[in-house]
Parts: sequence; structure tokens; C-alpha cells
Amino acid sequence: MTTTALYDIPGPRTRARHRLYGLIGAVAICAVIAWVVSLLFATGQFTAAKWAPFTYKGIQELLLRGLGNTLRAFGFAAVLSLALGGVLAVGRLSVHRPVRWVSTLVVEFFRAMPVLVMIFFIYVALKVAPLPALVAGLTLYNGSVLAEVFRSGINSVERGQGEAAYALGMLKTQVMTHVLVPQAVRAMLPAVISQLVVALKDTSLGFLITYEEFLHAGKLIASNLDYDLPFIPVVMIISPIYIGLCMLLSWLANWVAKRQRRNPKVETAEVAPPEPGTLLPGMQQAPHG
Amino acid sequence: MNVLLDNLSLYGEGLLGTVELTVYASLLALALGFLMAAFRVAPVGSLRGFGTAWVTVLRNTPLTLLFFAVVLGLPRFGVVLPFQLFAVLALGCYTSAFICEALRSGINTVPVGQGEAARSLGMTFPQTLGEIVLPQAFRSVIPTIGSTLIALAKNSAIAGAFSVTELLGVYKPLNELGYSIVWTFVWIAVGYLIVTLTISALFTLLEKRFGVAR
Repeated sequence: MTTTALYDIPGPRTRARHRLYGLIGAVAICAVIAWVVSLLFATGQFTAAKWAPFTYKGIQELLLRGLGNTLRAFGFAAVLSLALGGVLAVGRLSVHRPVRWVSTLVVEFFRAMPVLVMIFFIYVALKVAPLPALVAGLTLYNGSVLAEVFRSGINSVERGQGEAAYALGMLKTQVMTHVLVPQAVRAMLPAVISQLVVALKDTSLGFLITYEEFLHAGKLIASNLDYDLPFIPVVMIISPIYIGLCMLLSWLANWVAKRQRRNPKVETAEVAPPEPGTLLPGMQQAPHG
Repeated sequence: MNVLLDNLSLYGEGLLGTVELTVYASLLALALGFLMAAFRVAPVGSLRGFGTAWVTVLRNTPLTLLFFAVVLGLPRFGVVLPFQLFAVLALGCYTSAFICEALRSGINTVPVGQGEAARSLGMTFPQTLGEIVLPQAFRSVIPTIGSTLIALAKNSAIAGAFSVTELLGVYKPLNELGYSIVWTFVWIAVGYLIVTLTISALFTLLEKRFGVAR
């Protein structure tokens, strides 16, 4: 166990006391879980009628199609946001002032807006089909956040690296592509993947604009009277898959981060995970401990 | 411009709904997040495990799924509450995971020597916690909490799609009344900017007042 400022490393008697507390805590947690399960049984969530639909081929296909649509929206949104993020980051790092201003304005505006407002605006006002509306909304938001990640990644490469490259007579583009970007990419990879987790989670917003994704498929099954409204079973099946997918991607981000920490090639750069926008220029992120 | 002036009360109601949601959910998230952070730094194994599970699961749950489960799921257990309360519950629980992580990393930034010095002066655990560790941790987490609460305000838009009165939901009646949709959304966007900028300004003020450079 790591040491904290809160307490000393416990001795044998304290450890015994902690074990007792741990036991009491475990019993309390188990009691709560048992209560919830008994509530599930009492309200008849485990009756055969509610679970039978999941053995039907049609229902399974419906769920799989929903999952496929979710992943398709995620794929489009991920690729497009990375592209938009790259463009906006280049714009923000540009030496031409107007380009910099426009990119900053775009990035700050889309980071400050709720994603759902943009998705609804594109869907309702511009009368776009659900999938493009969802992808466009996600791209604008995540692209803007990624632009900030890219920019801070490039800026976090030690200044001497760029200066040395310029001193060797490299051009602006060469310095970028040969010196700064390769070092920055390694450092910001975990932050980029964490932002993709956000994009994956936000594909579920498609449910609200009737895009036929995973949650939508679940809703269709749950509201079927023939199957005795199997709402809780649907949630029990959908959530582990959804949460599992996101956890997998988060775990990948952690794994990459851990690997990079041992990688001597990324010593010169350090990128903090992306945070929601803070809007006011005076407010800077505190370094994480 | 007409859209706003003609429907000032509708917009006002929406803005008030968003503010109420944000304030109540923030309070819930701060309280729950504090509790979970306490669990996660506790020397008791089972509590630490529970806190870790809470944070890992909620951070990887799509908020829409959580809303779906809470708003449509809890009534199946006979828990019938107003929609607004459900929304506060979902938003608060979701954000508590992020608050917990912010607080925990804040506590971890306090150097171990600070606690050791406090104990060697004979301070008890509550004194160490209240006089030494938390004041320092609080100062270092102000910006992170601020951006988490801004994210909460933006996430509250999802509640509008689950029949809670709030700003985004304003577009529906106005759309039916035949107002220009683009302007409707422009004023909704302005409303959200007002909310987020207020939170941002509040936390900038807090940071100016309490923040310390370490």
C-alpha cells in the first residue's frame, strides 16, 4: 500500500482493527446488494417471460445491429475528430494571427457548448439524418478537445528540441513533422485515447435523436408488451456490454500511459489528460499529482 | 431577437430549470464524491474496493444509459419520484465519480511530510485531516472541480430529453409555434454560455482567493 499524508503505516493492532472494519464494511455492502437482488426478485424481474426474448434469433440480431450502429458512429466520429483536431491544432499553432484567432474561437466555442445542443441543432434545424447529425456533433466537440490535446502535446516538447532543429537549418514544416510531432504523439497518446472513450460514451446520445443504436434496440425490446416489458433484463444485458467496451478502451489508455512512462523517447514531453473547457483565459489547469 | 422577447418566460423557465438541476446535482455530486474519496483513501480494504468499483463503473458508463436506467428503471421497483429528482440523481452520481478522482488526487498531492509533521506535533487524526491535509488539498483541486462542474452543467442538457424542464427542451414548443429554429438555438446556446461562464467566473474567483502556487 502506498503511504499518504493521512496516517502512518499501521502496526499489528491497528491492522487487526482495520480488518474488523473491513469485515463490517463488506457485510454492509453485501447486505445492500442482497437487498437489491431481493427487490429484483420481489418485483418479478427474473421470470422466464421477461428473459425468454433474448433466446430469440431476431432479438439477438436486433441487439447486434444496434451495437454495430453504435460502433459505426464511434468509428466515423473518432476518425473525423482526429482529423478535425489535427487541422484545428495546426491552426492554433500557426504563425499567422488571423488563422490563430479563428481556430481559437472555433475551439473555445465548441468546447463550451453542450454536445447535445449541437447534435439537436444539426438534427432539428439543419434537418440532417440521425447518423450524420450524431457524427457531426461528436466530431465538432471531440475535435475541438483533441485540438487542445494536440496543441498542449506539441507545446510540451522541450523548447530546446525545436530550437536545435531550427539551428540545424530545418524548415518550419520539417521541425514539426520530424522533431516535434513524433515526440508529442507518444506523450499524448494516452490523453487521446481517453478522449476517444468520451466519444464512445457520447455515441449513446444518438438514442435521443432516434438513431438506431444499441440503447435504441434495447428500448424497442423493453417496451414490448408481448415480453412482459422486460426493462430491467434489458438494462442488465446492455450495461455490461456498454460499460465493458468503455472500460476496455480506458484500460488501453492506462496501459499505454504506463508503457510510455518507461519509454526514454518520451522523456521530453508530458501531456495532461483532457479536461472539459474552462472558458476563462485566466483559469489554468492545475498539474495533476 | 423576437424569439427571445416573445418567449421570455419560456426561456426563463428553461434557464431556471438548468440552474436548479446544476445546483442540486452539484451538491449531490460533491457530497457523494467526498464520501467516495474518503472510502478510496481509507486504510480499510472493503471500503477502498467499493470506492474503486464505484468510480471505475460510473466513469465508464454513458450518461444516457444511466439516465435510461434511472428514469425508466427505478419506477419498476415502485420508486416513483418527480422526473427532476431522477435527473438530479443520475447527474449527481455520474459526476461524483469525477469529483472523487479530483479530490483523491488533491489529497495525494499533499506531501507525506506534512502529515508526519502534524502527527509528531501530537495532532490527532481529525486535526491532521481538518487543519493540515484538507486545506492544502482543497486549494489544489479548485480548478479541476470547476471544470467538472462545468461539464455537469453541460451534461444537464440530457435531462431535457427525458421530460425534465430545462433549457434545451425549450426548442420543442417554439418549434411548434413556428419560430425561426436557428434563432431559437442561438438563444439556447447563449443560455448555456451564461450558466457555464458563471461557474467558470465563480471558480476563478475561488482560485484567486484560495489557490496557492506550489
